[in-house]
Amino acid sequence: MMNASEKQKLVVIGNGMAGARFVEEMVNLGGQDTYDIAVIGEESCGNYNRILLSGVLSGSHDPNDIFINPLDWYAENNVTLHSGVRAIGIDRKGKMAYGSGGLLLPYDKLVIATGSSAFVPPMDGLYDDDGDFKKGAFVFRTLDDCSAIIKHAEGARRAAVIGGGLLGLEAARGLMNRGLEVDVVHLMGWLMDTQLDSLSGQLLQQSLEELGVQFHLEKLTTAVLGDDRVTGLQFKDGDTLDCDLVVMSAGIRPNVDLARMAGLHVRRGILVNDGLTCRNDQDIYAIGECAEHRSQVYGLVAPLWEQARVLAERLTERNADSAYVGSRISTKLKVMGVELAVAGSKDPLDDDDEVVTYVEPNRNVYKKVIVRDGKVTGAILLGDGLTMPRILQAFDRGEALPENRSELLFPLAADAGPSLNVEDMPDDAQICNCNGVTKGRIIAAVDGGCRSLKAVCDATRAGTGCGSCKMQVQAVLELAADGLVADDPSAHYYVPGIPLTKPELVGAIKAMELRSVSRVFEALAGGREDAGSKHGLASLLRTIWGAEYEDERDARFINDRVHANIQNDGTFSVVPRIYGGVTTPDQLRRIADAAEKYEARMVKITGGQRIDLLGIPKEHLPAVWQEVGMPSGHAYTKAFRTCKTCVGTEFCRFGVGDSTKLGVQIEQRFQGIESPHKMKLAVSGCPRNCAESTTKDVGATAIEGGKWEVYIGGAAGSRVRKGDVLCVTDTHDETLLIMGRFMQYYRENARYLERTYDFVERTGIERLRQILVEDGEGICDRLDQDMQAAVDAYQDPWLEAGDPVHPNQFVTTPAELTAPAAAAR
Amino acid sequence: MVLITKAPDVFAVSDMSSYGTHILGSAAQIPIGEGRRFEIGGMAIAVFRSRQGRVYATQAECPHRAGPLADGLLGGEALVCPLHNFRFDVGTGEPLGNDCPALRTYPVSVNEAGEILVAISGS
Repeated sequence: MMNASEKQKLVVIGNGMAGARFVEEMVNLGGQDTYDIAVIGEESCGNYNRILLSGVLSGSHDPNDIFINPLDWYAENNVTLHSGVRAIGIDRKGKMAYGSGGLLLPYDKLVIATGSSAFVPPMDGLYDDDGDFKKGAFVFRTLDDCSAIIKHAEGARRAAVIGGGLLGLEAARGLMNRGLEVDVVHLMGWLMDTQLDSLSGQLLQQSLEELGVQFHLEKLTTAVLGDDRVTGLQFKDGDTLDCDLVVMSAGIRPNVDLARMAGLHVRRGILVNDGLTCRNDQDIYAIGECAEHRSQVYGLVAPLWEQARVLAERLTERNADSAYVGSRISTKLKVMGVELAVAGSKDPLDDDDEVVTYVEPNRNVYKKVIVRDGKVTGAILLGDGLTMPRILQAFDRGEALPENRSELLFPLAADAGPSLNVEDMPDDAQICNCNGVTKGRIIAAVDGGCRSLKAVCDATRAGTGCGSCKMQVQAVLELAADGLVADDPSAHYYVPGIPLTKPELVGAIKAMELRSVSRVFEALAGGREDAGSKHGLASLLRTIWGAEYEDERDARFINDRVHANIQNDGTFSVVPRIYGGVTTPDQLRRIADAAEKYEARMVKITGGQRIDLLGIPKEHLPAVWQEVGMPSGHAYTKAFRTCKTCVGTEFCRFGVGDSTKLGVQIEQRFQGIESPHKMKLAVSGCPRNCAESTTKDVGATAIEGGKWEVYIGGAAGSRVRKGDVLCVTDTHDETLLIMGRFMQYYRENARYLERTYDFVERTGIERLRQILVEDGEGICDRLDQDMQAAVDAYQDPWLEAGDPVHPNQFVTTPAELTAPAAAAR
Repeated sequence: MVLITKAPDVFAVSDMSSYGTHILGSAAQIPIGEGRRFEIGGMAIAVFRSRQGRVYATQAECPHRAGPLADGLLGGEALVCPLHNFRFDVGTGEPLGNDCPALRTYPVSVNEAGEILVAISGS
């Protein structure tokens, strides 16, 4: 820590969404160790969420509730705020910023975040004799504007909004809520013409007309009528419109005068490079709506925040090489209660772009996705909230799309299940049914500062059980965060403690030859161990290195240290391997003897056709295993679990395939194969499907003619999904081969704890067929070999009963160390 | 690095009492990176050996639903209960991201002979 005199002076001009966020990031990253931070803010208050001004106008938000950082915050964090001061000049030679009222601030680094202001179209009669707007005419940009409109609206009857863009429509909604008749006047042929195409613009208009707003399109306003106050508008075509309040919302212009006067390079915005540095002054930076980066000027909050973070990382040298490379813009809006999402380009850019559209005028639903090279490059989604998250995610992450585009355009069965309309739910409605987390608890976490799905889940435990409520948690987050939702980059990491996606992590592990979990932490996480990342890494390393993996038992979850499933009282369950669910009197006798001898508290048939001995203390595990004399059933780990079977041709009069034989073969081959999540299999001897093969991770169903249908990606748990047919096989051997090939591909490519049904859906069945059946990538032989190697490396973990890896492996309380003995020494 | 402390006086502790400083035997009895449960005159504690060479002692059972903390996962300073993944700071006992009461923790060290010493106070 430097003392005050050594610190550099950092001056920030602008205390809006970008400037204040940047200061917040600086404070969070310890920027005050190297900088004294001063902020010049033109508005006389602290920093507020400008997105919510429409909420203030409509009366849904109190002005006091929209502050992000009130004045106290600056004092508490040692940031000097000059509020109510307008920056009037920058002396670049003397490194000095000038403010109104004689303020002089020397700087070492200067950040310009002056934002933008409303564009006021030229109109006769707009100004009064003093040069102010005529009484009743307003722009809608600041909290002060908002208060003035609200005050005037009290005595007004009919309002006109000039501009049918997003902000104009928001203003219209606010004025409607205040009981005014509202007319929207728009210069172009349809609403929100920069974001929407004409059809979606028309459908949006239709939805809003149903709410009572009137629209006047292709109208150029030439004059504001009225002597001392607004009484109407005059249009170029000669029409007029009566109104006693007018809000001008015809676009925004970046505030660049200050920068231009200082001689900085300015085009539409202040020109900055990937370091957010001004082209011709290395000590001046620009972020937010006033900055122009790679020919883009952004007006949405997400890019502003990204810029704020990158600049803070650079200036604090947390990551001096941090670069801003532009943002993929997608946004979800609620225009007067009508759900709308837009992303990327609204129209195809060339003939090769594929356009997928679905239009349902009756319900004002419109979905359009523009696809290039199999990825979403643009989307317009109107009136359907269910499919938005998935499409926006595919856009944000550049994910490959399913060949069958309709899978993207329409809600999955799983998403459509419980009502997603969280807005109407009461606060005590339970969102997470595993951990009993209510909507109110999630809102409280958001109010407490959680702005990403991960942060909310960590804080409330919502979504940390089976995970099926995450869509709803996200929806509550978006509802409560008022547009300030952040994407947590760690959500894309393979494990939370290492900032790499799966392909990056696998690449680093192979390149650096990291064979143990502790080596991975040393090499890739600066030596910082993360408990929540350990078992995911252990599983991945075993898949990558096979026999060369250097096992560290502390990286394993307790189940995998003692090869049994921990129960709610700290005892364990023992599930012996019963291949294909086919057992013998001898096995049953031994199981019965062990259950009696070691006082199993319950003996139960499992959902996977196995026998479970429950309530076994850890110390007794080795003895129970030896007593039953059967291998581990792996009912405790992320691996191949069981293969359920029906009787099949051996006895069943309907059977067309030997399902028990194939089930036993499958289980003998794949027992103990580790994977990103558990794999439950089944084989049915005819299409009656008594073993439920169609809802298993991998399943086979015999069909007439001695063939097998191989299903992948089925589910019948927290989600229900019918599996997809990967292919039809002719023999048991062929079935074993293709199943193994899929499992190996899943092991290599799925995210940790991603079940096959999510993986198959994400990858797409056509693509999987192409890779695994048609060998489109030429990797089938390699996958088969790697699976064979994993099969060959199998060892029954229960053999550790006679050969523990540590003398106390199965010891809870080291016996010779109990207190009286220790104390007596 | 192992924390080396001078062996303090060992109090004579009656069978009924757990107060005082105890030698729990060789640290090697706990596999590296894991924890084990120790019973001291009627009370139980969990003792951990981290990969960084530190030792920690906490109450044996999770305040949430009595999960056996000695079977938990240790990563850096975080201890994760095996039953429901509640996390705690293993050094201070403070809950991490949940509103469980904090764990009781006990001063613990390894002496020159490689033995674990833990002090149980009466408070």
